[in-house]
This record gives sequence, structure tokens and C-alpha cells, in this order.
Amino acid sequence: MITRNGRRKAVGLVAAAGVIGLLAACSSNGDTPSGDASNPSTGGGTYTLWDPYPDRDASSTWAQAIDACAAELGVTIERNSGNTGDTVKDLTTAASNLPDIAMVDNPKVPLLAEAGLLTTTDDNGLDVSSISQNILSAGVVDGKTYGVPIGANTLGLYYNPTVLEEAGVDIASVTDHASLTAALEKVVAAGHKGITFSAVGTEEGTFQYLPWFWGSGANLTQLDSPESLAALTLWTDWVKNGYAPQSVLTNTQGTSWDEFKTGDFGFAENGSWFQGDADAAGYKVIQIPGANGGAAPAPTGGEFITIPIQKDTSRYEMSAKITECLVDGDAGATALGYVAPTEAGAAAQAAANTAGATEFWVSAVADAKPRTADNLGTDYDVISQQIYTAIQVALSGTSSPQDALTAAQAAVQSNLG
Amino acid sequence: MTTSPIPVQRDTVLGDPTGEAAAHAAASPTTRRPASGRTEAAKAQLAAWLFLIPICVYLVAFYLWPLIRNIDLSLRDYTLGSFITGNAEFVGFDNYSKIFADPTFPTALWNTAVFVAMSLIFQYGIGLALAVFFHRKFPLSTTLRALFLVPWLLPLLVSASVWAWMMNSDSGVLNYFLESIGLDPVYWLTSPDWSLIAVIIANIWIGVPFNLVLLYSGLQAIPEDVYEAAAIDGAGRWQTFWRVTFPLLRPVSAITILLGLVYTLKVFDIIWIMSRGGPGTTSTTLAIWSYQLGFGGGNPQLSPAAAVGNVLIIIAFIFGMFYIRAQRKAAAA
Repeated sequence: MITRNGRRKAVGLVAAAGVIGLLAACSSNGDTPSGDASNPSTGGGTYTLWDPYPDRDASSTWAQAIDACAAELGVTIERNSGNTGDTVKDLTTAASNLPDIAMVDNPKVPLLAEAGLLTTTDDNGLDVSSISQNILSAGVVDGKTYGVPIGANTLGLYYNPTVLEEAGVDIASVTDHASLTAALEKVVAAGHKGITFSAVGTEEGTFQYLPWFWGSGANLTQLDSPESLAALTLWTDWVKNGYAPQSVLTNTQGTSWDEFKTGDFGFAENGSWFQGDADAAGYKVIQIPGANGGAAPAPTGGEFITIPIQKDTSRYEMSAKITECLVDGDAGATALGYVAPTEAGAAAQAAANTAGATEFWVSAVADAKPRTADNLGTDYDVISQQIYTAIQVALSGTSSPQDALTAAQAAVQSNLG
Repeated sequence: MTTSPIPVQRDTVLGDPTGEAAAHAAASPTTRRPASGRTEAAKAQLAAWLFLIPICVYLVAFYLWPLIRNIDLSLRDYTLGSFITGNAEFVGFDNYSKIFADPTFPTALWNTAVFVAMSLIFQYGIGLALAVFFHRKFPLSTTLRALFLVPWLLPLLVSASVWAWMMNSDSGVLNYFLESIGLDPVYWLTSPDWSLIAVIIANIWIGVPFNLVLLYSGLQAIPEDVYEAAAIDGAGRWQTFWRVTFPLLRPVSAITILLGLVYTLKVFDIIWIMSRGGPGTTSTTLAIWSYQLGFGGGNPQLSPAAAVGNVLIIIAFIFGMFYIRAQRKAAAA
């Protein structure tokens, strides 16, 4: 039977539950503040920007570039940094409350565009006339442009001159895959380690693999071609013969660079953003050789600035202005270690010998190819997943390269067909 | 004497031999109520509901609703665009047939079974051994026991990262020791043969404290006189353990293993950080596969991921049913 005391307790419990419920309801909408009461067209107003650079804090040159644009345009830009691998997931879960500006890795742009999350230049009025075509094409789907690159980077073959000298390797002799393998043999025979790269089971692995893949003449639409087999066999044999360490299977590009900096490796495949580091340590760089000579086409990296759909379409104007401010000149790109997306900006960087955008890298980026090119669009993600799976399987010895590629092509066809 | 509507609690152990206490309670002024019996009953019912509602709301919001959403996710075809437009085509059991036909499914199922079985056997075994060891109190035993809890207290990200570094094929400390005693290095996380074993080892290390704590408290609950009786009867150490301690620990063991099983079925962080389910699918469990389908690959396939998640829930549910059945049998016996 309920006593007076028991009834009080019951009322207390319900009151507590009610308070908790209210708090939960209030806090659920507080995640990403977008839009403000103030009228954007009269200046002022808060715009949210999501970028995948959590290691660039408020004191970094990148944050300063954003603040400079905010000051110039008279708005407040709220910056939110997340992990680059989570961008698609973060944008999807925020679908009804998207940020004003979202920076995404360039191969993801077609995926988000197809999901209807992004606006085209027709919707938002962005001016893309001065952007270099070869890096802009990653954001073009069915003839419509969904974003602009903040900058581009690409891959090169760094080498340690000290190690090469000890091993008696002349860098000028490294002109194709065979001569590179021969150089690795000499370096390992001299007691050093050969080459390090990233063959991890993520997009980074595919990114690092593409110069060798394209350099062998293979095409992303046909993963089990003989050219593709040649590229995968090159990597598999390096690991099998000890020219590349087992750790390439779990290395990210960052950890691979850490390995290279131990000074024991002869070569490292890595990106333009490490040029500054390389200069400080005395490492040099050449373009990745193709299978039969010449430079291999390397993939373009770098993020795109996109303007997601908003309920209040009058916000697009200012978002476009912010984007243009970040992209013009080279402040944004230099802060991130990328080559500027406009020809004028890139030329200025090359003239100033900016780290990551020296003349070498500017011309390397001009020769580079976006991954979603050849009208692959959203198919690229499916193909990329099969590529890095095949790499993992072949390099770890789970299957032979031929079996790995046959399985990969079959999986691509069943997923896309 | 007025008939009191409040049932008087009689403490049967201490007893109420003369019925005096009962008479007092019945006659005390605080028990007098106006003679409206029905309102009292209604108020009692209302109070009962008020007690239940918060927990019901909680269960519905955090257990039932996500479960319903997950089932809905798996029965429809959700693409990224569905989150914008809200349209998702109903496809019935297509997602389930897709995942059952996928070559990864048998591998993931087998890996999950091996992972859970091996983890539980060793976690329980080592936990029990340690609990028995600490049962005999010796100087510094409390400190040592607290130190043994560290694996459980560390954030999983930290534990998994450190294990991944230790197991690095070229520069990890485990291979350093192996080489220093003349053995070949083991490619813990990059070899298809060893990747599952590597993550199992890390999981065992993390799970031992949980078993230790529960089994130790279970041991504490066994009365000393049972051991004395066994000693008088001339039972040796092993016999005492096997015939006295172990059977008395059965209820605690059962709950420990059930909790461990449900937890281990869902283990994701350790495997993902150490090997990402790789190389290939050699250390992919159902939980990893579900994440890979939904968020790990290039193209998010949320509906198949939800289907795999539901399969996992059903497996956990089946084991839960076994446990409840075993409990009922034990209670009836």
C-alpha cells in the first residue's frame, strides 16, 4: 500500500524524469549552429565551415587564412574540424542541418553530389573560371560543378641521398620500374632498407598505389588486366623480397614518412606536403617513374570546398564569397601545403619556392590526374575499396596477385552491375 | 480493532511470537484512513504506474526505438540520398539474402565464433586462476589486484594502439623479444594466419580484469566453514577447488560468462584499430563487417550493415535465452 512517503518519492521520480527529458530535448538541436538571426546580406551573420584538418588548431596558418577572409567579408566563420574518414558520415547524419561550407576529400564529391547534399555552381553562383581544369574535374558530375579545390597535391618519389651514395646508386639511373627495383636491391644489399610507402586498407592505400597502376598502363575500369597484374606484382615482389617492409600494410602516409625519417630507408613514396620536412632533412624528390620510362601519372589529392544545400537559399551568396576568398591567391593552399588551384596562385607559389608548391610540384600537379576522372564518378569508391582489398590480400600473402585481382574485378562488377 | 488496509509485514525470521507488534501496527494512529477503499486502491495503482513510467520511457527510447529503426533500415534500401529525401524503397529480405550470399559472411561468422570462444575461455580461465590466487591474502595483494585492473580501466583506443605498436611486424617490441631469443619474427597484424590470434590476445588481456573482479567477489561469498569441512574430510587443494569451490561458483561463473559473451560479440574498437579486419577478411568479425559496410568502405551501404547488425543481435539474444533457461532450471531444482 502506498504511504505518504512513497507517494512523495513517486512524484519526485516523475519530476526528475521530466527534467531529464526536457534537457535531452533541448540539447539535441544544439550540435551545429547554422544560420543566425542577423540578415546575411547586410554583413554580419555566422557561417559554419567544416574542414578535415583537426591537427590545424586555432593558431595555425590555415585558421588564420579563414579568419582573414572572415574579417574581409565582415562575417563570423565558425570552424569545426573532423577526421577526413568521417566526413561523409558526419554530413549524412547532419542532413537536415548542414554546415554552410563543407570541405571534403575530392573523390567523395561525386558521392555527396549524387546524394543531393551539395549545390552546383548554378545554385550558389560560385565563379570557377580561374581554377585549373585538371583539378577542377574531380568536382564535375554530369557537366555540373559541385565545388572548387582548395588546392591540390600529388605524390613523388623521395630519396635519401646519403643512403643512395653508400649503396652506390645513381638517382639518374632510376628511370622505370625495373631500374628502381635494381636500385632497391643495391640499397638492401648495402644493409639499408629499400622503400617505404602506404598500402593500408583505406583510400590512402589506393592513392599511393595509383601512380604505379597508371604508370603500368592499367585502367581503373579493368582491374584484372595484365598491366594491373604487373603493377600489383611489382609491389608484392618488393615485400616478398624484403625491399619494402611488412609495415607498409598498416602504414598511413604519415607513419610511412616517420619510417623514412629514421634515415634508414633509401626511398619513400609520399606527398608534396612533406616537402618542407624533406628539405630540412636533406632528402630530395623525383617524379615516380612509369613502368617503361617517363613520369607516371599521379593522382591529385586535396580537398574540395563545397556548399551544401541550405533551407535559407540567401546564404549561398556569402558562402560563395567566402569560398572565393579562400581559393583566390594562395593563402589557403599554402597554409595546407597544397599547390594553389588557380594558375596565377600556383605561379606565385613557385616563384616564392613555397614548401609543397615549388616549381617541381606545380608541374607535377599540372600533370596529375583526378581519381574520379574518366567519368567514373561514384563508381570510383567501389573500385577503390576493391583495389586496397586486393593490395592487402596480395601483399600479405593471403592470395596470389592474380587471384586477388580476379576477385577484385568480380566484386566491382557485382557491386556496380 | 479497526481493520487496517495496510498489510503488516511480518518478519518471519525474527518472528513475532506474541502477535504484539502486529496488533500495535494495526492500531497505530498513522494507519487510520478514511473509509474510501476504492480511491486508495486507485491511488496505489497510479503510484505504481508513476514508478514504472520513467523506466518504460527510458527502455522505449534507448532500446526499443533504435531496434525498430535498425530493423527498418535493414528492410529498406537506404542510400545517402534517403537521408535527404526521406525516401527508401522497401525491399523486404533482399538485404539479408545479399549478406548471406556474400562470401564474407561465412568467414565473418567463423571468425566471430573463434574470437568469442577463445576470448571467453582464456579470459575466464586466467581470471579464475588469478581470483583463486588472490583469495589467499598476502602482503601487497590488494595493491597487486588493483594493478591487475589497469587493462580494464584504460580507454580502448589506448590499449588497442599500444598493442598495435607492440605487434608491429618490423619495429614492435614483441618481435624484438622473439628475435633476441633466436625465433623468427611473427607478422602479427599483417599475416593472414596471425591477425585473428593477435586481436584475440589483445582482447584476452583487456577482459581478464572483468572476470577477475566478478569471480573474486564470488569467491568471497563462499563461507569459510565449507572449506573447513572439506579440509576435515581430507580433500587436497585441487579436489577442494574442483569439488567445492567451482560448483559453488557456478551462478557467478554463469553470469560472468554471459556478460562476457554479449560484450565480446560486439567487440569492435580493438579489432578495427589493430587490423581493420584485415588483411583481407582474416580478422573480420560480424561487428567489423557491419561497420565496414556502413562506414568503412567508399560507398556507404547502410542497409546491409543494419542487416548484419540484426544478425548479431539475434545471436546474442539466443545466448541470452539459453542463460534464462539455465537459470530457470537451476531455480526449479
